[in-house]
Amino acid sequence: MNTSAAVAIEGALKIFNEGAANQVEALQGIDLHIDPGEFISLIGPSGCGKSTLLRLIGDLLEPSGGSVTVAGKPAHQARLDREYGMVFQQATLYEWRSVAKNVQLPLEVMGRNKAEREARADQMLDLVGLTEFKSHYPWQLSGGMQQRVAIARALSFEPSILLMDEPFGALDEMTRERMQAEVLDIWSKTGTTVVFVTHSIPEAVFLSTRVVVMSPRPGRIDAVIDTDLPQPRDEDTRESDRFYAKLTEVREVLRGVQGK
Amino acid sequence: MTTAVAVRPGFLRIAVRRYLPATLIFLGGILLWELMVIVFDIQGFLLPKPSRIASTFVDEFTVVVPAGWFTMKEAMGGFAIGAVAGVLIALTTARWTVVKDGLMPFAIAVNATPIIALAPIMNNWFGIVNPMAKMSIVAIIVFFPVMINMVRGLTEVDPSQLELMQSYASTPRELLFKVRVPNALPFLFSALKVGTTLSVIAAIVSEYFGGSREALGIYISQQAALFHFAEAWAAILVASFSGIVFYLAITLVERIVMPWHSSIRNVAGT
Repeated sequence: MNTSAAVAIEGALKIFNEGAANQVEALQGIDLHIDPGEFISLIGPSGCGKSTLLRLIGDLLEPSGGSVTVAGKPAHQARLDREYGMVFQQATLYEWRSVAKNVQLPLEVMGRNKAEREARADQMLDLVGLTEFKSHYPWQLSGGMQQRVAIARALSFEPSILLMDEPFGALDEMTRERMQAEVLDIWSKTGTTVVFVTHSIPEAVFLSTRVVVMSPRPGRIDAVIDTDLPQPRDEDTRESDRFYAKLTEVREVLRGVQGK
Repeated sequence: MTTAVAVRPGFLRIAVRRYLPATLIFLGGILLWELMVIVFDIQGFLLPKPSRIASTFVDEFTVVVPAGWFTMKEAMGGFAIGAVAGVLIALTTARWTVVKDGLMPFAIAVNATPIIALAPIMNNWFGIVNPMAKMSIVAIIVFFPVMINMVRGLTEVDPSQLELMQSYASTPRELLFKVRVPNALPFLFSALKVGTTLSVIAAIVSEYFGGSREALGIYISQQAALFHFAEAWAAILVASFSGIVFYLAITLVERIVMPWHSSIRNVAGT
Protein backbone atom coordinates (compact mmCIF):
# COMPACT_ATOMS: atom_id res chain seq x y z
CA MET A 1 0.00 0.00 0.00
CA ASN A 2 1.17 3.48 -0.83
CA THR A 3 1.30 5.14 2.58
CA SER A 4 2.19 8.56 1.19
CA ALA A 5 -1.18 8.77 -0.59
CA ALA A 6 -3.76 11.22 0.75
CA VAL A 7 -6.47 8.77 -0.29
CA ALA A 8 -6.01 5.14 -1.31
CA ILE A 9 -9.07 3.19 -2.43
CA GLU A 10 -8.64 -0.49 -3.30
CA GLY A 11 -11.38 -2.62 -4.78
CA ALA A 12 -14.10 -0.66 -3.03
CA LEU A 13 -17.74 -1.50 -3.70
CA LYS A 14 -21.00 -0.29 -2.27
CA ILE A 15 -24.32 -2.11 -2.35
CA PHE A 16 -27.41 -0.45 -0.90
CA ASN A 17 -30.18 -2.60 0.67
CA GLU A 18 -28.02 -5.69 0.31
CA GLY A 19 -30.09 -8.85 -0.02
CA ALA A 20 -33.39 -6.95 -0.34
CA ALA A 21 -35.58 -6.75 -3.45
CA ASN A 22 -34.53 -3.15 -4.05
CA GLN A 23 -30.80 -3.94 -3.84
CA VAL A 24 -28.70 -1.41 -5.78
CA GLU A 25 -25.09 -1.85 -6.75
CA ALA A 26 -23.95 1.75 -6.39
CA LEU A 27 -20.21 1.25 -6.81
CA GLN A 28 -18.11 -1.61 -8.14
CA GLY A 29 -14.37 -2.27 -8.23
CA ILE A 30 -13.20 1.23 -7.38
CA ASP A 31 -9.40 1.74 -7.34
CA LEU A 32 -8.16 5.29 -6.87
CA HIS A 33 -5.03 6.85 -5.45
CA ILE A 34 -4.91 10.55 -4.67
CA ASP A 35 -1.62 12.23 -3.81
CA PRO A 36 -1.40 14.91 -1.11
CA GLY A 37 -2.21 18.36 -2.48
CA GLU A 38 -4.06 17.05 -5.55
CA PHE A 39 -7.34 18.53 -6.76
CA ILE A 40 -9.50 15.63 -7.98
CA SER A 41 -12.89 16.02 -9.64
CA LEU A 42 -15.41 13.20 -9.83
CA ILE A 43 -17.66 13.66 -12.85
CA GLY A 44 -20.33 11.52 -14.48
CA PRO A 45 -24.03 11.26 -15.22
CA SER A 46 -26.60 11.04 -12.41
CA GLY A 47 -26.55 7.71 -10.63
CA CYS A 48 -22.86 7.02 -11.38
CA GLY A 49 -22.13 6.93 -7.65
CA LYS A 50 -19.85 9.97 -7.44
CA SER A 51 -21.54 11.29 -4.29
CA THR A 52 -21.49 7.78 -2.84
CA LEU A 53 -17.75 7.54 -3.54
CA LEU A 54 -17.23 10.90 -1.81
CA ARG A 55 -19.14 9.58 1.22
CA LEU A 56 -17.04 6.41 1.31
CA ILE A 57 -13.90 8.54 1.42
CA GLY A 58 -15.44 10.69 4.18
CA ASP A 59 -16.68 7.66 6.17
CA LEU A 60 -20.24 8.91 6.02
CA LEU A 61 -20.98 5.55 4.36
CA GLU A 62 -19.22 2.24 4.89
CA PRO A 63 -18.01 0.30 1.85
CA SER A 64 -19.60 -3.13 1.32
CA GLY A 65 -16.18 -4.42 0.34
CA GLY A 66 -12.64 -3.27 -0.36
CA SER A 67 -10.71 -0.68 1.60
CA VAL A 68 -10.60 3.09 1.88
CA THR A 69 -7.45 4.54 3.43
CA VAL A 70 -7.07 8.25 4.15
CA ALA A 71 -3.83 9.86 5.36
CA GLY A 72 -2.42 6.36 5.94
CA LYS A 73 -5.27 5.11 8.15
CA PRO A 74 -8.73 3.59 7.67
CA ALA A 75 -11.37 6.17 6.68
CA HIS A 76 -13.23 5.64 9.97
CA GLN A 77 -10.14 6.50 12.01
CA ALA A 78 -9.49 9.48 9.73
CA ARG A 79 -12.98 10.81 10.51
CA LEU A 80 -12.44 10.38 14.25
CA ASP A 81 -9.15 12.27 13.80
CA ARG A 82 -11.04 15.11 12.05
CA GLU A 83 -9.19 14.82 8.75
CA TYR A 84 -12.25 15.86 6.69
CA GLY A 85 -13.74 19.20 5.79
CA MET A 86 -17.12 18.78 4.08
CA VAL A 87 -18.99 21.16 1.78
CA PHE A 88 -22.38 20.21 0.30
CA GLN A 89 -24.48 21.58 -2.55
CA GLN A 90 -26.57 23.48 -0.01
CA ALA A 91 -24.44 25.64 2.27
CA THR A 92 -26.00 23.79 5.25
CA LEU A 93 -25.43 26.66 7.63
CA TYR A 94 -27.09 26.40 11.03
CA GLU A 95 -29.62 29.23 10.83
CA TRP A 96 -29.55 29.90 14.58
CA ARG A 97 -25.83 30.65 14.45
CA SER A 98 -24.21 33.82 13.17
CA VAL A 99 -21.67 33.55 10.35
CA ALA A 100 -18.75 33.58 12.81
CA LYS A 101 -20.46 30.99 15.06
CA ASN A 102 -21.06 28.72 12.08
CA VAL A 103 -17.37 28.82 11.21
CA GLN A 104 -16.53 28.08 14.84
CA LEU A 105 -18.86 25.07 15.14
CA PRO A 106 -16.34 22.34 14.19
CA LEU A 107 -13.79 23.93 16.53
CA GLU A 108 -16.38 23.87 19.34
CA VAL A 109 -17.02 20.19 18.70
CA MET A 110 -13.27 19.60 18.80
CA GLY A 111 -13.04 21.33 22.18
CA ARG A 112 -10.81 24.25 21.14
CA ASN A 113 -10.91 27.23 23.50
CA LYS A 114 -12.85 30.41 22.75
CA ALA A 115 -9.89 32.62 21.93
CA GLU A 116 -8.53 30.14 19.42
CA ARG A 117 -11.98 29.63 17.88
CA GLU A 118 -12.51 33.33 17.39
CA ALA A 119 -9.03 33.87 15.99
CA ARG A 120 -9.45 30.98 13.52
CA ALA A 121 -12.92 32.16 12.47
CA ASP A 122 -11.62 35.69 11.83
CA GLN A 123 -8.75 34.28 9.82
CA MET A 124 -11.03 32.02 7.72
CA LEU A 125 -13.62 34.75 7.11
CA ASP A 126 -10.80 37.00 5.96
CA LEU A 127 -9.68 34.25 3.57
CA VAL A 128 -13.15 34.09 1.95
CA GLY A 129 -13.65 37.87 2.13
CA LEU A 130 -16.58 37.93 4.56
CA THR A 131 -15.03 39.65 7.58
CA GLU A 132 -17.65 42.39 7.67
CA PHE A 133 -20.49 39.83 7.67
CA LYS A 134 -19.29 37.85 10.69
CA SER A 135 -22.21 38.93 12.91
CA HIS A 136 -24.86 38.37 10.23
CA TYR A 137 -27.23 35.43 10.26
CA PRO A 138 -27.17 33.02 7.28
CA TRP A 139 -30.51 34.23 5.84
CA GLN A 140 -29.03 37.70 5.42
CA LEU A 141 -26.43 36.40 2.92
CA SER A 142 -26.69 35.56 -0.78
CA GLY A 143 -26.27 31.97 -1.96
CA GLY A 144 -22.66 32.55 -3.00
CA MET A 145 -21.78 34.18 0.31
CA GLN A 146 -23.41 31.32 2.23
CA GLN A 147 -21.31 28.83 0.29
CA ARG A 148 -18.16 30.84 1.10
CA VAL A 149 -19.07 30.58 4.80
CA ALA A 150 -19.45 26.82 4.35
CA ILE A 151 -15.97 26.66 2.79
CA ALA A 152 -14.51 28.79 5.59
CA ARG A 153 -16.12 26.45 8.12
CA ALA A 154 -14.79 23.34 6.37
CA LEU A 155 -11.25 24.75 6.41
CA SER A 156 -11.39 26.23 9.93
CA PHE A 157 -9.78 23.21 11.60
CA GLU A 158 -7.19 22.65 8.83
CA PRO A 159 -8.42 19.25 7.69
CA SER A 160 -5.99 17.30 5.54
CA ILE A 161 -8.67 16.68 2.90
CA LEU A 162 -11.56 18.80 1.66
CA LEU A 163 -14.59 16.90 0.31
CA MET A 164 -16.94 18.98 -1.82
CA ASP A 165 -20.24 17.59 -3.14
CA GLU A 166 -21.41 19.82 -6.03
CA PRO A 167 -20.73 22.88 -3.90
CA PHE A 168 -21.58 25.36 -6.65
CA GLY A 169 -24.47 23.43 -8.19
CA ALA A 170 -27.08 25.81 -6.79
CA LEU A 171 -25.32 29.01 -7.87
CA ASP A 172 -25.75 31.07 -11.02
CA GLU A 173 -23.06 30.84 -13.70
CA MET A 174 -21.34 34.17 -12.89
CA THR A 175 -21.12 33.47 -9.16
CA ARG A 176 -20.05 29.95 -9.95
CA GLU A 177 -17.02 31.04 -12.01
CA ARG A 178 -15.99 33.53 -9.34
CA MET A 179 -16.28 30.85 -6.65
CA GLN A 180 -14.18 28.46 -8.73
CA ALA A 181 -11.40 31.03 -8.92
CA GLU A 182 -11.66 31.57 -5.16
CA VAL A 183 -11.47 27.86 -4.41
CA LEU A 184 -8.36 27.54 -6.58
CA ASP A 185 -6.85 30.48 -4.74
CA ILE A 186 -7.62 28.91 -1.35
CA TRP A 187 -6.32 25.55 -2.55
CA SER A 188 -3.00 27.06 -3.64
CA LYS A 189 -2.69 28.92 -0.31
CA THR A 190 -3.58 25.99 1.97
CA GLY A 191 -2.22 23.04 0.00
CA THR A 192 -5.24 20.94 1.08
CA THR A 193 -6.11 17.85 -0.93
CA VAL A 194 -9.53 18.39 -2.56
CA VAL A 195 -12.04 15.83 -3.84
CA PHE A 196 -14.74 17.66 -5.78
CA VAL A 197 -17.97 16.18 -7.16
CA THR A 198 -19.46 18.03 -10.12
CA HIS A 199 -21.81 17.76 -13.11
CA SER A 200 -19.99 20.44 -15.03
CA ILE A 201 -17.22 19.57 -17.48
CA PRO A 202 -15.69 23.11 -17.60
CA GLU A 203 -15.72 23.24 -13.81
CA ALA A 204 -13.94 19.89 -13.52
CA VAL A 205 -11.31 20.80 -16.13
CA PHE A 206 -10.72 24.31 -14.79
CA LEU A 207 -10.25 23.20 -11.17
CA SER A 208 -8.63 19.79 -11.22
CA THR A 209 -5.23 18.25 -11.47
CA ARG A 210 -7.04 15.05 -12.51
CA VAL A 211 -10.62 14.37 -13.60
CA VAL A 212 -12.14 11.01 -12.68
CA VAL A 213 -14.87 10.07 -15.17
CA MET A 214 -17.50 7.67 -13.81
CA SER A 215 -20.39 5.74 -15.34
CA PRO A 216 -23.56 4.27 -13.83
CA ARG A 217 -25.18 0.85 -13.29
CA PRO A 218 -23.07 -0.19 -11.52
CA GLY A 219 -21.08 2.94 -10.64
CA ARG A 220 -17.46 2.60 -11.72
CA ILE A 221 -14.44 4.59 -12.84
CA ASP A 222 -14.08 4.69 -16.64
CA ALA A 223 -11.12 6.98 -17.07
CA VAL A 224 -8.81 9.24 -15.13
CA ILE A 225 -7.75 12.24 -17.22
CA ASP A 226 -4.72 14.36 -16.33
CA THR A 227 -5.57 18.02 -16.67
CA ASP A 228 -2.05 19.37 -16.93
CA LEU A 229 -3.03 22.96 -17.66
CA PRO A 230 -0.49 25.42 -16.24
CA GLN A 231 -0.91 26.68 -12.66
CA PRO A 232 -2.00 29.11 -11.37
CA ARG A 233 -5.14 29.15 -13.46
CA ASP A 234 -7.16 32.29 -14.08
CA GLU A 235 -9.76 33.69 -16.47
CA ASP A 236 -7.27 33.41 -19.36
CA THR A 237 -7.05 29.67 -18.73
CA ARG A 238 -10.74 29.36 -19.64
CA GLU A 239 -10.07 30.86 -23.06
CA SER A 240 -6.91 28.94 -23.88
CA ASP A 241 -6.74 26.30 -26.64
CA ARG A 242 -5.43 23.69 -24.20
CA PHE A 243 -8.51 24.25 -22.00
CA TYR A 244 -10.77 23.59 -25.00
CA ALA A 245 -8.76 20.53 -25.94
CA LYS A 246 -9.20 19.16 -22.39
CA LEU A 247 -12.92 19.96 -22.39
CA THR A 248 -13.27 18.01 -25.62
CA GLU A 249 -11.27 15.09 -24.25
CA VAL A 250 -13.42 14.82 -21.11
CA ARG A 251 -16.61 15.33 -23.10
CA GLU A 252 -15.76 12.53 -25.49
CA VAL A 253 -15.03 10.10 -22.68
CA LEU A 254 -18.33 11.07 -21.05
CA ARG A 255 -20.21 10.65 -24.32
CA GLY A 256 -18.76 7.15 -24.62
CA VAL A 257 -19.90 6.46 -21.07
CA GLN A 258 -23.45 7.57 -21.77
CA GLY A 259 -23.59 5.68 -25.06
CA LYS A 260 -23.05 2.35 -23.29
CA MET B 1 -28.69 62.05 18.93
CA THR B 2 -29.31 63.14 15.37
CA THR B 3 -30.15 59.60 14.32
CA ALA B 4 -32.75 59.29 17.08
CA VAL B 5 -34.43 62.45 15.84
CA ALA B 6 -34.22 61.30 12.24
CA VAL B 7 -35.58 57.81 12.99
CA ARG B 8 -38.55 58.88 15.12
CA PRO B 9 -40.93 60.34 12.48
CA GLY B 10 -40.38 57.34 10.18
CA PHE B 11 -41.00 54.97 13.05
CA LEU B 12 -44.22 56.75 13.95
CA ARG B 13 -45.48 56.69 10.39
CA ILE B 14 -44.77 52.97 10.13
CA ALA B 15 -46.53 52.33 13.45
CA VAL B 16 -49.58 54.34 12.32
CA ARG B 17 -49.70 52.57 8.96
CA ARG B 18 -49.45 49.17 10.62
CA TYR B 19 -51.90 49.61 13.49
CA LEU B 20 -54.37 52.21 12.19
CA PRO B 21 -56.53 49.79 10.10
CA ALA B 22 -56.94 47.35 13.01
CA THR B 23 -57.75 50.18 15.43
CA LEU B 24 -60.36 51.62 13.07
CA ILE B 25 -61.99 48.26 12.53
CA PHE B 26 -62.07 47.63 16.29
CA LEU B 27 -63.65 51.01 17.06
CA GLY B 28 -66.05 50.67 14.11
CA GLY B 29 -67.12 47.22 15.32
CA ILE B 30 -67.80 48.48 18.84
CA LEU B 31 -69.77 51.43 17.45
CA LEU B 32 -71.78 49.16 15.15
CA TRP B 33 -72.55 46.82 18.06
CA GLU B 34 -73.74 49.76 20.19
CA LEU B 35 -75.93 51.11 17.38
CA MET B 36 -77.42 47.71 16.52
CA VAL B 37 -78.48 47.14 20.12
CA ILE B 38 -80.15 50.58 20.17
CA VAL B 39 -81.71 50.45 16.69
CA PHE B 40 -83.10 46.93 16.96
CA ASP B 41 -83.93 47.38 20.66
CA ILE B 42 -82.13 44.15 21.62
CA GLN B 43 -82.84 43.10 25.21
CA GLY B 44 -79.94 43.51 27.64
CA PHE B 45 -80.02 39.84 28.70
CA LEU B 46 -79.49 38.79 25.08
CA LEU B 47 -76.75 41.24 24.15
CA PRO B 48 -75.78 44.17 26.34
CA LYS B 49 -74.43 47.38 24.80
CA PRO B 50 -70.63 47.75 24.85
CA SER B 51 -71.02 50.94 26.89
CA ARG B 52 -73.04 49.00 29.49
CA ILE B 53 -70.36 46.24 29.58
CA ALA B 54 -67.68 48.91 30.04
CA SER B 55 -69.48 50.60 32.93
CA THR B 56 -70.17 47.20 34.53
CA PHE B 57 -66.47 46.35 34.13
CA VAL B 58 -65.58 49.52 36.04
CA ASP B 59 -68.19 48.78 38.77
CA GLU B 60 -67.15 45.14 39.13
CA PHE B 61 -63.39 45.85 38.69
CA THR B 62 -62.46 44.73 42.21
CA VAL B 63 -64.25 41.42 41.67
CA VAL B 64 -63.54 40.44 38.05
CA VAL B 65 -59.84 41.38 37.97
CA PRO B 66 -58.87 39.34 41.07
CA ALA B 67 -61.06 36.51 39.69
CA GLY B 68 -59.18 36.76 36.40
CA TRP B 69 -55.86 36.62 38.23
CA PHE B 70 -57.03 33.57 40.22
CA THR B 71 -57.90 31.74 37.01
CA MET B 72 -54.76 32.88 35.19
CA LYS B 73 -52.65 31.39 37.98
CA GLU B 74 -54.32 28.04 37.28
CA ALA B 75 -53.80 28.51 33.53
CA MET B 76 -50.13 29.54 33.86
CA GLY B 77 -49.37 26.90 36.50
CA GLY B 78 -50.88 24.13 34.38
CA PHE B 79 -49.18 25.55 31.28
CA ALA B 80 -45.79 25.45 33.01
CA ILE B 81 -46.26 21.86 34.21
CA GLY B 82 -47.52 20.67 30.81
CA ALA B 83 -44.85 22.49 28.81
CA VAL B 84 -41.93 21.35 30.98
CA ALA B 85 -43.18 17.75 30.99
CA GLY B 86 -43.73 17.86 27.21
CA VAL B 87 -40.20 19.11 26.56
CA LEU B 88 -38.61 16.60 28.95
CA ILE B 89 -40.48 13.62 27.49
CA ALA B 90 -39.59 14.79 23.97
CA LEU B 91 -35.90 15.00 24.93
CA THR B 92 -36.16 11.47 26.31
CA THR B 93 -37.52 10.22 22.99
CA ALA B 94 -34.55 11.81 21.20
CA ARG B 95 -32.22 9.78 23.41
CA TRP B 96 -34.20 6.50 23.36
CA THR B 97 -36.07 6.10 20.09
CA VAL B 98 -38.00 3.14 21.51
CA VAL B 99 -39.78 5.63 23.81
CA LYS B 100 -40.81 7.63 20.76
CA ASP B 101 -42.09 4.60 18.83
CA GLY B 102 -44.03 3.42 21.88
CA LEU B 103 -45.43 6.80 22.88
CA MET B 104 -46.20 8.79 19.75
CA PRO B 105 -49.29 6.89 18.52
CA PHE B 106 -50.91 7.30 21.94
CA ALA B 107 -49.82 10.93 22.23
CA ILE B 108 -51.44 11.73 18.89
CA ALA B 109 -54.60 9.82 19.86
CA VAL B 110 -54.90 11.52 23.26
CA ASN B 111 -54.20 14.89 21.69
CA ALA B 112 -57.26 14.38 19.48
CA THR B 113 -59.62 13.60 22.38
CA PRO B 114 -61.57 16.32 24.26
CA ILE B 115 -59.56 16.32 27.48
CA ILE B 116 -61.82 18.98 28.98
CA ALA B 117 -64.34 16.15 29.48
CA LEU B 118 -62.08 14.96 32.31
CA ALA B 119 -62.80 18.12 34.34
CA PRO B 120 -65.49 16.58 36.62
CA ILE B 121 -63.22 13.62 37.27
CA MET B 122 -60.29 15.87 38.21
CA ASN B 123 -62.63 17.80 40.55
CA ASN B 124 -63.36 14.48 42.18
CA TRP B 125 -59.66 13.47 42.39
CA PHE B 126 -58.20 16.71 43.74
CA GLY B 127 -61.26 18.29 45.42
CA ILE B 128 -63.48 20.85 43.77
CA VAL B 129 -61.78 24.00 45.17
CA ASN B 130 -58.22 22.70 44.83
CA PRO B 131 -56.50 24.64 41.98
CA MET B 132 -54.65 21.41 41.09
CA ALA B 133 -57.94 20.05 39.70
CA LYS B 134 -57.91 22.80 37.02
CA MET B 135 -54.15 22.86 36.62
CA SER B 136 -54.04 19.15 35.86
CA ILE B 137 -56.56 19.62 33.02
CA VAL B 138 -54.55 22.57 31.66
CA ALA B 139 -51.31 20.61 32.01
CA ILE B 140 -52.65 17.62 30.06
CA ILE B 141 -54.07 19.85 27.32
CA VAL B 142 -50.76 21.76 26.93
CA PHE B 143 -48.55 18.69 27.30
CA PHE B 144 -49.55 16.85 24.14
CA PRO B 145 -49.07 19.53 21.46
CA VAL B 146 -45.82 20.61 23.12
CA MET B 147 -44.47 17.07 23.22
CA ILE B 148 -45.59 16.16 19.70
CA ASN B 149 -44.17 19.35 18.18
CA MET B 150 -40.94 19.10 20.12
CA VAL B 151 -40.41 15.52 18.95
CA ARG B 152 -40.99 16.65 15.35
CA GLY B 153 -38.53 19.49 15.76
CA LEU B 154 -35.89 17.18 17.22
CA THR B 155 -36.38 14.64 14.42
CA GLU B 156 -36.99 16.74 11.32
CA VAL B 157 -33.41 17.91 10.85
CA ASP B 158 -31.90 18.50 7.41
CA PRO B 159 -29.88 15.31 6.63
CA SER B 160 -26.81 17.27 5.54
CA GLN B 161 -26.78 19.07 8.89
CA LEU B 162 -26.52 15.62 10.48
CA GLU B 163 -23.83 14.48 8.03
CA LEU B 164 -21.82 17.58 8.78
CA MET B 165 -21.84 16.87 12.52
CA GLN B 166 -20.95 13.26 11.73
CA SER B 167 -17.95 14.45 9.72
CA TYR B 168 -16.76 16.36 12.80
CA ALA B 169 -17.05 13.10 14.79
CA SER B 170 -19.40 14.84 17.24
CA THR B 171 -20.85 13.04 20.26
CA PRO B 172 -24.62 12.29 20.42
CA ARG B 173 -24.87 14.87 23.20
CA GLU B 174 -23.35 17.63 21.04
CA LEU B 175 -25.62 16.65 18.17
CA LEU B 176 -28.62 16.95 20.49
CA PHE B 177 -27.78 20.31 22.03
CA LYS B 178 -26.03 22.01 19.11
CA VAL B 179 -28.35 20.86 16.30
CA ARG B 180 -31.53 19.03 17.32
CA VAL B 181 -32.63 21.30 20.16
CA PRO B 182 -32.08 24.62 18.31
CA ASN B 183 -33.79 23.05 15.29
CA ALA B 184 -36.78 22.21 17.51
CA LEU B 185 -37.21 25.72 18.96
CA PRO B 186 -39.54 27.06 16.22
CA PHE B 187 -41.69 23.91 16.58
CA LEU B 188 -41.72 24.31 20.36
CA PHE B 189 -42.76 27.95 20.26
CA SER B 190 -45.61 27.40 17.84
CA ALA B 191 -46.91 24.73 20.25
CA LEU B 192 -46.43 27.04 23.25
CA LYS B 193 -48.35 29.84 21.54
CA VAL B 194 -51.26 27.50 20.82
CA GLY B 195 -50.86 26.31 24.43
CA THR B 196 -51.41 29.79 25.90
CA THR B 197 -54.86 30.03 24.31
CA LEU B 198 -55.71 26.44 25.15
CA SER B 199 -54.68 26.88 28.76
CA VAL B 200 -56.99 29.87 29.36
CA ILE B 201 -59.89 28.06 27.69
CA ALA B 202 -59.19 24.90 29.68
CA ALA B 203 -58.97 26.74 33.01
CA ILE B 204 -62.24 28.65 32.52
CA VAL B 205 -64.24 25.78 31.05
CA SER B 206 -63.12 23.36 33.75
CA GLU B 207 -64.29 25.91 36.32
CA TYR B 208 -67.77 25.71 34.77
CA PHE B 209 -67.90 22.21 36.28
CA GLY B 210 -67.48 23.69 39.74
CA GLY B 211 -64.68 25.32 41.66
CA SER B 212 -63.63 28.08 44.01
CA ARG B 213 -65.91 31.15 44.32
CA GLU B 214 -62.87 33.31 43.56
CA ALA B 215 -62.55 31.84 40.05
CA LEU B 216 -63.48 33.67 36.85
CA GLY B 217 -65.28 30.68 35.31
CA ILE B 218 -67.46 30.34 38.40
CA TYR B 219 -68.20 34.07 38.29
CA ILE B 220 -69.22 33.89 34.61
CA SER B 221 -71.47 30.85 35.05
CA GLN B 222 -73.14 32.25 38.20
CA GLN B 223 -73.78 35.71 36.72
CA ALA B 224 -75.16 34.13 33.54
CA ALA B 225 -77.46 31.92 35.64
CA LEU B 226 -78.80 35.08 37.31
CA PHE B 227 -79.32 36.80 33.93
CA HIS B 228 -76.58 39.33 34.82
CA PHE B 229 -75.19 39.28 31.32
CA ALA B 230 -73.32 42.57 31.46
CA GLU B 231 -71.35 41.14 34.42
CA ALA B 232 -70.69 37.91 32.49
CA TRP B 233 -69.48 39.91 29.49
CA ALA B 234 -67.24 42.05 31.67
CA ALA B 235 -65.65 38.84 33.00
CA ILE B 236 -65.27 37.48 29.46
CA LEU B 237 -63.47 40.72 28.63
CA VAL B 238 -61.00 39.98 31.44
CA ALA B 239 -60.57 36.42 30.17
CA SER B 240 -59.81 37.45 26.60
CA PHE B 241 -57.48 40.23 27.71
CA SER B 242 -55.56 37.77 29.95
CA GLY B 243 -55.33 35.29 27.09
CA ILE B 244 -53.95 37.94 24.73
CA VAL B 245 -51.37 39.12 27.27
CA PHE B 246 -50.27 35.52 27.89
CA TYR B 247 -49.90 34.93 24.14
CA LEU B 248 -47.92 38.15 23.67
CA ALA B 249 -45.65 37.26 26.59
CA ILE B 250 -44.72 33.95 24.97
CA THR B 251 -44.25 35.71 21.61
CA LEU B 252 -41.85 38.12 23.33
CA VAL B 253 -39.87 35.23 24.81
CA GLU B 254 -39.79 33.65 21.34
CA ARG B 255 -38.27 36.79 19.83
CA ILE B 256 -35.63 36.95 22.54
CA VAL B 257 -34.74 33.26 22.22
CA MET B 258 -34.79 33.06 18.41
CA PRO B 259 -33.69 36.42 16.98
CA TRP B 260 -32.59 34.49 13.88
CA HIS B 261 -35.96 32.99 12.99
CA SER B 262 -37.94 33.80 9.84
CA SER B 263 -41.01 34.94 11.83
CA ILE B 264 -38.93 37.88 13.06
CA ARG B 265 -37.24 38.71 9.75
CA ASN B 266 -40.16 40.71 8.37
CA VAL B 267 -40.22 42.87 11.47
CA ALA B 268 -36.46 43.43 11.26
CA GLY B 269 -36.78 44.28 7.58
CA THR B 270 -39.26 47.13 7.95
